[in-house]
Amino acid sequence: MNVQRRKLVFTVVFIVAGMGIATALALKAFQQNLLYFYSPVQVAQGEAPTNRPFRIGGLVVAGSVVRDPKSLAVRFVLTDTLKEITVDYDGILPDLFREGQGIVANGSLRPDGTFAASEVLAKHDENYMPKEVADALKKAGVKMDYRTHAPAP
Amino acid sequence: MIPELGHFALIMALCMAMIQSFFPIAGAARGNVAWMSLARPAARVQLVFLVIAFSALVHAFVTNDFSVVYVARNSNTMLPLIYRISAVWGAHEGSLLLWILILGLWTFAVTIFSRHLPEQFVARVLGVMGLISIGFLLFILITSNPFLRDALPPLNGADLNPLLQDPGLVIHPPMLYTGYVGFSVAFGFAIAALLGGKLDMAWARWSRPWTVMAWVFLTLGIALGSWWAYYELGWGGWWFWDPVENASFMPWLTGTALIHSLAATEKRGVFKNWTVLLAICAFSLSLLGTFMVRSGVLTSVHAFANDPARGVFILILLGIVIGGSLILYAWRAPGTLISSSFKLFSREMFLLVNSTLLTVAMSAVLLGTIYPLIIETLGGKVSVGAPYFNSVFIPLMVPLVIVMGCGAWARWKSDEWNRLWQHLRYAVFASVIIGILLASMLSGHAALKAALGVAFASWNILSTGILFYTRMRNGPDLLTTLKTQPRSFYGMCLAHIGFAITIIGLVITSNYSTDLHKRMKPGDKAELSGYTFELTAIRTIPGPNYEATDATIRVWREGKLVTELHTQKRVYGVRDMPMTEAGIGPGLTRDLYVSLGEPLGDGDWSVRLYYKPFVRWLWLGALFMACGGLLAVTDRRYRQIRLRATDPQAVIAGGAPAKI
Repeated sequence: MNVQRRKLVFTVVFIVAGMGIATALALKAFQQNLLYFYSPVQVAQGEAPTNRPFRIGGLVVAGSVVRDPKSLAVRFVLTDTLKEITVDYDGILPDLFREGQGIVANGSLRPDGTFAASEVLAKHDENYMPKEVADALKKAGVKMDYRTHAPAP
Repeated sequence: MIPELGHFALIMALCMAMIQSFFPIAGAARGNVAWMSLARPAARVQLVFLVIAFSALVHAFVTNDFSVVYVARNSNTMLPLIYRISAVWGAHEGSLLLWILILGLWTFAVTIFSRHLPEQFVARVLGVMGLISIGFLLFILITSNPFLRDALPPLNGADLNPLLQDPGLVIHPPMLYTGYVGFSVAFGFAIAALLGGKLDMAWARWSRPWTVMAWVFLTLGIALGSWWAYYELGWGGWWFWDPVENASFMPWLTGTALIHSLAATEKRGVFKNWTVLLAICAFSLSLLGTFMVRSGVLTSVHAFANDPARGVFILILLGIVIGGSLILYAWRAPGTLISSSFKLFSREMFLLVNSTLLTVAMSAVLLGTIYPLIIETLGGKVSVGAPYFNSVFIPLMVPLVIVMGCGAWARWKSDEWNRLWQHLRYAVFASVIIGILLASMLSGHAALKAALGVAFASWNILSTGILFYTRMRNGPDLLTTLKTQPRSFYGMCLAHIGFAITIIGLVITSNYSTDLHKRMKPGDKAELSGYTFELTAIRTIPGPNYEATDATIRVWREGKLVTELHTQKRVYGVRDMPMTEAGIGPGLTRDLYVSLGEPLGDGDWSVRLYYKPFVRWLWLGALFMACGGLLAVTDRRYRQIRLRATDPQAVIAGGAPAKI
C-alpha cells in the first residue's frame, strides 16, 4: 500500500471509528436519560411508568400548597383541569412558582399515587407557561391564548 | 413618522442588498468590471439604511412610542433608559434587526479591509453576503416587522422581561450575534472560492483573520451568557445544556475546528474540502442557532402553528442556504480528500484528528438538541437532559485534550515520536504525578474525576509551556526572541492555556461545589464547607421599577469575617414577576454564593447557600482564549498584507513562511 492509500484508509477508519463510538455513547446515554412527559390525566389512566423518572406538568391548584413549618418540604396539587395529582417536593421552589401557574416537575411516581419531585421548574420567559403544560391543557379542552400561552380569560 | 422612516429604510436596504448581490456576482461571472465595482458602494449604502432603521427603533424605545407594537410589548415608561435601549434586542423582531445591522457592519469591514484582494473575489464575497442580507431583510419585512403600528396604542407598555433587565444582557446578545454573523464572512469567502474554482492557500490566508475574529466574539458571547446565567438565575448553575445554549455552542465547536483546519490549509494547502465544509457548517449552525433561539421553535411549537409564515420562511431560508451551498460544494470542490502529502505522524494529522473530534462532539450536541423537536412532530414528548450531553461530550473531550498537547509540538508534514517524546516526556510525567497527588489528597467519589481532569489540563499547560520555553532557549537572547516570535504563536499559547484553565474550573467546580438549602430567619446560622453563613437582617428596599426584599448574610471562617453578602428578591411591578438577585463573594479559588428563596411565613425565608470552588476559572479561561484569538488576528503577516495592498500578486505568492 502506498502512503497516499494508507493515509486514506487511516482517515476513513478513524472517522468511522469516531462516529461509531460517538453513536454508541449517544444511544446508550439516550436510553438512560430521556425524560418523557405525562399529564395528570395520563398518570391517572396508568400510562406513566412506575419504575423510572418522568416529567409531569400542570397548573398548581389554588389553595393546595401546604408547607411543613420546620423544613423546606412542600406539598401541592397539579391539575390539567381533568385529573389531579399530589406532588411532594423538598427544596426551594422557583421564583415563578405560584398558585394557578403552570409548572413542570421531574421525579417519579410513588406506589400510593403521589409524585415525588426531585426538581420543580417554572418557565423563565415572558410566556409564563411551559410548553408541555400548555399542550396538556389544550388536550384537556382549555382554550389557550396563543400569544401568552395562558388560559384565555 | 419615525417608525415609518425606519420601515422605509429597511426596504431601501433590501434594494441595496439586491444590487450588492446581483451585479457583483453576475459581473464576476461575466468579467464585467463596472458591475463588480458596484459591490462596495452598495454594501456601504446598505449599512447607512440599516443604521437609520435601527436608530428609528431605538428612538421609538427611548421616546416610549407605544403605538409601535413591538415597543408596547417589550418596554415601559418605568424602565431605566439603558434597558429601554437594550430592550431593542429583547425579543424576536428587534434581535433580527440587530442581526442584520451586525451583518451590515461586517460587510462594511470587508469593504474596507479587502483592498489587497482580487476584485473578482471581493465582488463574490460581498455578493454572497448581500444574498444573506436579502434573506434576512425579507424575513423581517414579511413576517417580523418591528415597526408595526397599533391603531389603538396602550397607555403603557408590557415591560421588558425582568430577567433581561441586567447589564450582562445588555452586552451578551450583541457579542454573541457578532460572533454568529462573523461566520458569514468565512462563509462568503468559502462560497466565493467555490464559485471562482480557486480553493487555494491564499483563500485560507484571507479568510483566517476574519474567522478567528468571529470566533473571538462568539467565545466572549458564550462566556458572558454563562456568567449571566450564573449570577442572574439565582441557583449557581453556569451551563445547563439548554437548547438555547447549545444553539450557540454548536457554531463554536465547528468554528474551533474551522480555525484549526484553516491553519493547515493556509500553511500546507491540505484539507481544503474539509475546511470549506466546516465554513459552510459553521455559518449554517449560526443561522440555525439564531432561528432556534428567537423564532420560538424551541420554546413553543405553537409559535410555528400560529404564525406558519415565520416557520415556513425559516425552513425555506435554511434550506436554500444549507442546500444551495452543499450543492455548490459537491459540484465545485476539488475531488480528493487528502491533496497534499504528509505523514501519518505530523501536525496535519493531529489537526485533522482534533477537528474531527470537535465535529463529532458538535453532532452529538445537535442530535440531543433537535431530537425532542423531531419526536414532537411525531406526536411524542420527551426531553433530553444534561446527563446525556455530559456522558457523550466528556469522553470526546479526553482524546481532544491529549492530542492538543501534541499538535502544537508536531512539525508539519512529518515528525517522529522520539523527538516529541524527548521534549514532552517531562510534561507527561509531571501531569501524571499531579494527577496521582491530587487523587490521593482529595476525598470522595469525585476525586478520580477531578484528578483526571486536572491532570489533562496540566498536560496541556505544561506542553505549551515547554514549547514556549524551547522557543525562547533556541533564540539568541531572551528579549530579541520574545520580540521576533509572531503574535500568532503567543495567541496560540494563550488560547491553549485558556482552554486548560476552563477545564480545571469545570472539573473542580462540578465535582466539589457544595450547597445547602435552608429555612432561616434573622440570627440563624448555617455551616457549609468550613464557612459559617449568618443571616443578619432582612429589610425592604424600593428600586426604580421594582420592590426588593434585601437579606444581609455575613460569612465567617474560623471566627473571622470573610465577607458580607446581599441577596435580593425583587418583584417587578408591571409584570408582577419575582426575580432573585444573588449575592456573590467572588474569589480566584472559590465563590461564596447566596440567594434568597421564598418567604415561608413567621419571618422565615428559604435560602440557598453555595460554595463554588474555582468557578471563575471557567470564564477566565474563555477570556484567555479570546485574547489569544485577538493576538493571532493582529499577527504581523495579516498586517503586512494590508501595508502591501498595492501589489496583490506578491502577497499571494510571497509572504514570509511564518511559523504558527
